Amino acid sequence: MPAIGIPRALLYYDYYPAWKKFFEELGLEVVLSDKTTKTILDSGVKVALDETCLPVKLFYGHVDNLKNKGIDYLFVPRLVSVEKKRYLCPKFLGLPNMVESLMEELPPLLDFKMDLSRKKREFYKDLYALGRKFTINPFKICLAYRKAVKELKRYEEKMLAGFTPLDCLERGEGENREKKEAAISLGEGKLPVEENLRIAVLGHSYNLNDPYISMDIYGKLKKMGVKIITREMISPSAQMEGIKNLRKDIFWTFGKEIMGSALYLLDKEKIDGVVLVVSFGCGPDSLIGELVERIYKRHRNIPLLFLTLDEHSGEAGILTRLEAFVDMVKFKKESA
Amino acid sequence: MKITFPHMGSLAVPLKTIFEELGQEVVVPPSITKKTVTLGVRHSPEFACFPLKVNIGNFIEALENGADTIIMAGGVGPCRFGYYAEVQREILTDLGYNFELIVLEPPQGSLWGLLANIKRLGNHRSWSEIWEVINIAWKQVLALDVLHEMSLKIRPYEKKKGATTVLYERAQKLIVKARTHEDITWSLDKGKELLNSVDKKTLDRPPLKIGIVGEIYMVLEPYANLDIEKTLGEMGVEVDRSIYLGHWIKEHLFPKAFRSREGEEIKKVAQGYLNHFVGGHGLESVGRTILYSRDNFDGVVHILPFTCTPEIVAQSILPEVSKDYKIPLISFSLDEHSGKAGFVTRLEAFLDLLSQKKYNQELKGAV
Repeated sequence: MPAIGIPRALLYYDYYPAWKKFFEELGLEVVLSDKTTKTILDSGVKVALDETCLPVKLFYGHVDNLKNKGIDYLFVPRLVSVEKKRYLCPKFLGLPNMVESLMEELPPLLDFKMDLSRKKREFYKDLYALGRKFTINPFKICLAYRKAVKELKRYEEKMLAGFTPLDCLERGEGENREKKEAAISLGEGKLPVEENLRIAVLGHSYNLNDPYISMDIYGKLKKMGVKIITREMISPSAQMEGIKNLRKDIFWTFGKEIMGSALYLLDKEKIDGVVLVVSFGCGPDSLIGELVERIYKRHRNIPLLFLTLDEHSGEAGILTRLEAFVDMVKFKKESA
Repeated sequence: MKITFPHMGSLAVPLKTIFEELGQEVVVPPSITKKTVTLGVRHSPEFACFPLKVNIGNFIEALENGADTIIMAGGVGPCRFGYYAEVQREILTDLGYNFELIVLEPPQGSLWGLLANIKRLGNHRSWSEIWEVINIAWKQVLALDVLHEMSLKIRPYEKKKGATTVLYERAQKLIVKARTHEDITWSLDKGKELLNSVDKKTLDRPPLKIGIVGEIYMVLEPYANLDIEKTLGEMGVEVDRSIYLGHWIKEHLFPKAFRSREGEEIKKVAQGYLNHFVGGHGLESVGRTILYSRDNFDGVVHILPFTCTPEIVAQSILPEVSKDYKIPLISFSLDEHSGKAGFVTRLEAFLDLLSQKKYNQELKGAV
């Protein structure tokens, strides 16, 4: 059974369940890279250009980690667009080429382009070509695709219900245990709950959900007794409602989601604060973050903390800033 | 309505012509200086790309000089440029300026919005009048490009350093003043004459040939690229610039039938290194470098604004291209912190390597 390696980085947090299902249905063994460590990040930083953003450097690190795992193929998809008229960041568009240019002795890359910005036909053709490498049976490919889509739907529904991606992806298999853990993780369980302190943590899922590079922001806030709201818990329709008053549609999918969530929360939900997490050098976020910051400033209601991450971020500094922020939010709430 | 717009190379010339000929008042922002950049940087997002910051500086200076309408281009991604105008509008509003920002961009919905905007900017003149004025501006663009290309070819041969630049600037001024078809043709001939009158020396060896690739704003705007063309030219290098304003407009704004096959060719040669467009000029940078090597250039200089996403993709790939095609390459990531001295030192070192490589090859050929 050929083994296919998937780096535990970037879009892993958004699409892994679907990819896994698809390849397993086609009879492949799916191998993940290890969880992020300093060694993994360092090996990525070593090959990357200085200016590359942190998540892409980390991606290189995970690719490097997969090299010695005896895989036959490496899955580095070219995700151009996942919805009509919107793109992902240019770095995703060139990702397989960058990996090939910067790194040596790689197992063969699986060439797969996902572009839903225009016609779906092309996407199906690419998908079919991908499946054909492993089976000659078109029905099997079709079935695998449908199962993968189903799996992805289930995953997304779970997140809307309040699970974080890590809860779904990496914690135990048993539904009950997951539920219990998720309940705790959201501050509704046994932990001492500061009643009602609700803080939204917004940013790219690949930064926030990797506990190593995000310095475990979720965990730190939870320990402070804060109830966390993430972008995944806000439905797409709510996000669309958030951006409907913008003069110009945002043409990055993730930018739209972050902006939509931020504006939706500003108007519709009762939250006490927002933490916006951005990696240094992120193209789209340099503009989206600026807009969100300005809009929140004008409203003057909800405090916003703008955290920039890179490979030089120190945990102590992040913790201090989070504590100060939570303190401030608490004061504001008590004095009101 | 007092119209202003951002600077980008000689872009101000045709824009000024268009709006003035249509009877609008134009406030051209002062030329980019250190002050412009400082103003822009102070009010722009920290890691936005350099062009956005300079634009903001231009706008602030123009608004201070009395402008009330800003013209800006837009786009539909995935390059950040497409969202510039939205961010710039918020920044300037928060600074308390009273202005209108009109974005000219491929329409997301109906074509009417764009057409209505053009009509309004055109002082509600008839479409044929607007067309005529645009035609004249287009001719100016082409004439300026021709003169620029000539100046690059002549500069390495000049006897007295800076002579070409003086005459080139004089020739530019002729075009700026010319506002009819006949005038432009006459000025262009005159300008060519001027440039040809530069005192030339005879070189014992042909000059090094270097191509410039990269992001359009950085390539076109001399302040942003630290005057790289002039610097290289005066070091005795024949520079070829891959992007010209007229050329860009032709390739991107004209209907497909008028375009050259170049875009397709770039895509084709870049295949295997970069198989997909990545927004901005990422794909062009990779493809152009390969074309330069095919045309026997001695080296390529790649210029990008700091944190430019599409160009980082290109920059990650270019070293491999350079190795495979045996064409030396140097990348400069520039922003408000770039210093000229360090830049020149790196260029000098690069040129030394190139001339050694070239000279050695010639020797081998002789033996």
